[in-house]
Amino acid sequence: MHLHLVWANLKRKKLRTILTLLSIVVAFVLFGLLCAIKQALVGTLEIAGANRLIVRHKVSIIQLLPEAYKARIERIPGVDLVTHQTWFGGIYQDPKNFFMQNPVVPQEFMAMFPEFVLPPKEMQAWLATRTGAIVGRRTAERFGWKIGDRIPIQSTIWSRPDGSRTWEFDIVGIFDGRSKSTDTTSLFFRYDYFDESRRENWGKGLVGWYTVRVKDPSQAAEVAKRIDQEFENSPAETKTEPEGAFVQAWASQVGNITLIVATILAAVFFTILLVAGSTMSQAVRERLGELGVLKAIGFTNGQVLGLVLGESCVLTVGGGIVGLGFALLLASHGDPTGGMLPNFFLPTRDLVFGFAIAVALGVITGLLPALQAMRLRTSEALRRL
Amino acid sequence: MSGPINWFSQIASITKFGLLSLPQRRGAVSATLIGIAGVVAVLVGVLSMAEGFRKTMAVSASPAGVIVLRSGADTEMVSGFSRDQTRIIGDAPGLARTDAGPLASAELFVIINLPKRSTGTDANVPMRGIEPSALRVRDDVKIVAGRMFNWGKDEVIVGAGAAREFAGLEVGSTIQAGHLKWPVVGIFSADGGVAESEIWTDAKVLQDAYHRGDSFQSVYARLATPDDFTRFKDSLTTNPQLNVKVIRQADFYSEQSEGMRRLITRLGVIIAGLMAVGAIFGALNTMYSAVASRTREIATLRALGFGRGAVIVSVMLESLLLALIGGTMGALLAYVAFNNLHTTTMNWQSFSQVAFAFAVTPGLLVGGVVLATVIGFFGGLLPAIRAARLPIAAALREM
Repeated sequence: MHLHLVWANLKRKKLRTILTLLSIVVAFVLFGLLCAIKQALVGTLEIAGANRLIVRHKVSIIQLLPEAYKARIERIPGVDLVTHQTWFGGIYQDPKNFFMQNPVVPQEFMAMFPEFVLPPKEMQAWLATRTGAIVGRRTAERFGWKIGDRIPIQSTIWSRPDGSRTWEFDIVGIFDGRSKSTDTTSLFFRYDYFDESRRENWGKGLVGWYTVRVKDPSQAAEVAKRIDQEFENSPAETKTEPEGAFVQAWASQVGNITLIVATILAAVFFTILLVAGSTMSQAVRERLGELGVLKAIGFTNGQVLGLVLGESCVLTVGGGIVGLGFALLLASHGDPTGGMLPNFFLPTRDLVFGFAIAVALGVITGLLPALQAMRLRTSEALRRL
Repeated sequence: MSGPINWFSQIASITKFGLLSLPQRRGAVSATLIGIAGVVAVLVGVLSMAEGFRKTMAVSASPAGVIVLRSGADTEMVSGFSRDQTRIIGDAPGLARTDAGPLASAELFVIINLPKRSTGTDANVPMRGIEPSALRVRDDVKIVAGRMFNWGKDEVIVGAGAAREFAGLEVGSTIQAGHLKWPVVGIFSADGGVAESEIWTDAKVLQDAYHRGDSFQSVYARLATPDDFTRFKDSLTTNPQLNVKVIRQADFYSEQSEGMRRLITRLGVIIAGLMAVGAIFGALNTMYSAVASRTREIATLRALGFGRGAVIVSVMLESLLLALIGGTMGALLAYVAFNNLHTTTMNWQSFSQVAFAFAVTPGLLVGGVVLATVIGFFGGLLPAIRAARLPIAAALREM
């Protein structure tokens, strides 16, 4: 390869090269940010375990199920583990400080969700403290909570026997996520404390939904059917579906984010393709004479093709790397919306994808001018000099 | 050669030169046009989503409309009243009244699962139990297909938005809620407001279906005049039998739409801002090459006595013109592609779906074209200065 020739050609019109490079950089910053936004909005989809099912009330998630269903679900063949959660709907200081708080049964819960990592000592403390709660790293850092703090949370749903809606929890542990995409914004506290302390005849003995782990993921659909059959024609019929389907339905309620992101990306790349492509063909057109000289002194067609393609790829890949780097830097500062997109980060997968796009972009924009240069007849090109 | 008229004629002739050379540079020019059009289309499109959502929430509010919730409740979901409490609220001073009684409707709000037409996945659709006075409290509600449900029967009417977005809500079909199956007997419209996303039935029937006893969650009421708000509110909040909060409908809905609006607007502005920066680079490239390809013409004109100012203005004019054309194209594209596009999203406050339509307003269109002008201005400025600074002798020698 004649890298020095590629380099010399790029330097020929420095301003044009820089401007083209900058617009490619901007495009890849955008690409990175859009990927991070998408990750923040639909990222939880990937967390869903293939061997987990969600059991909820058939009519709506806001209707509760008897806690007694747990034992009945456990007896169904193919079921490995059952645990439940309930929507607490709490507010810490201001409704804008949204994060999820659910009462759970600690041991079952941590066994069901290995993506939450809690030091064994803190787990022991949780088992020993009835009013204990564990909170995700992100929320703990957001509010500056430490182990030993006592946190008051106003429930919008559940009141205590004295009619008050303020619940106090002792932070006994702070959990981390097994991977970067694990949501560590939630707070979990003990169901036994919750059930004893909530007011009579207001949901006592009822829970929000069950998570079921099946023994064999390939049997998941079968098990789901058996669970729903078990509760058919009872006052609280159930709907059981894979965790992934449940989360997906939830995400698609927010709106078709993937489609919107893809549309914007397509618009951006189409534009850049045009700009870079037109710049490249202009650059080649200006140099047809020189390319003729190169051919006259013995450059093969392939070498000329490589020269032009090399130039476009250096532009797009260089711009791509710088742009993705910037995006990574911006995303590492976290949520740009101030609390609405807590899980805002740029996944490695998207970085790799972005790099691949940069290479493809270089080939596509360079191909036409490169072919033009390759097919150039030496005699004709020399006449242009 | 002096005087403003002369100056203008200089600008006109240089600009004419520039414009006549556009077809020769059609590659770069169309790339710039499409680039600017893309920026404007994305900005207008994203913001029209926020605007449409806001509009749906805003038309739901009449100036005299108020909502009464339990104190401390932000949404109907977590609010609650007994029948006696709703009677006290209905009797409070300041409400509009007819022969049939006060314009106050005690209501019940639940959520049921229905599949979204677009994806087939389950969505939370709000279902509301109303009292007969509800139709006088909300006077924009009209039955557009089928008929009104019969009071005391387990029948429902469905908002036009819900019927459009969710499967199984046609007149004649049946839905399941609580332990009952409810026939759909009518479709209603509400001027595009949030009620159109809901399913309505008789509050008493819904109470039974959900074992709610004789309890309600909210009271929707209409004041005699909007100025009666304070009188009404004070009489309720000072009543020891009650523990309520009173909100104007407008405030209630704007609170509910605020989070979503903020999210969309911020992200939209960040995205479009970055795209605009990219488009400025594109425009700079185009205008620099435009100036470069006309070096000799410009030098000749300068040798003939054309002023630097005229050169700057005419290059800027060309850039602005390109930007305006691109911006207008983008705004029109956004209008055609997005205006009145129906979709649904989650109302995070009530965890239920709101059907709304993207609204490309004149304000957004103007904003888009203004953004294009800014891009054109910055894209043209540096090349214009370079054109004006061309050393005349050196440029002419290139001939």
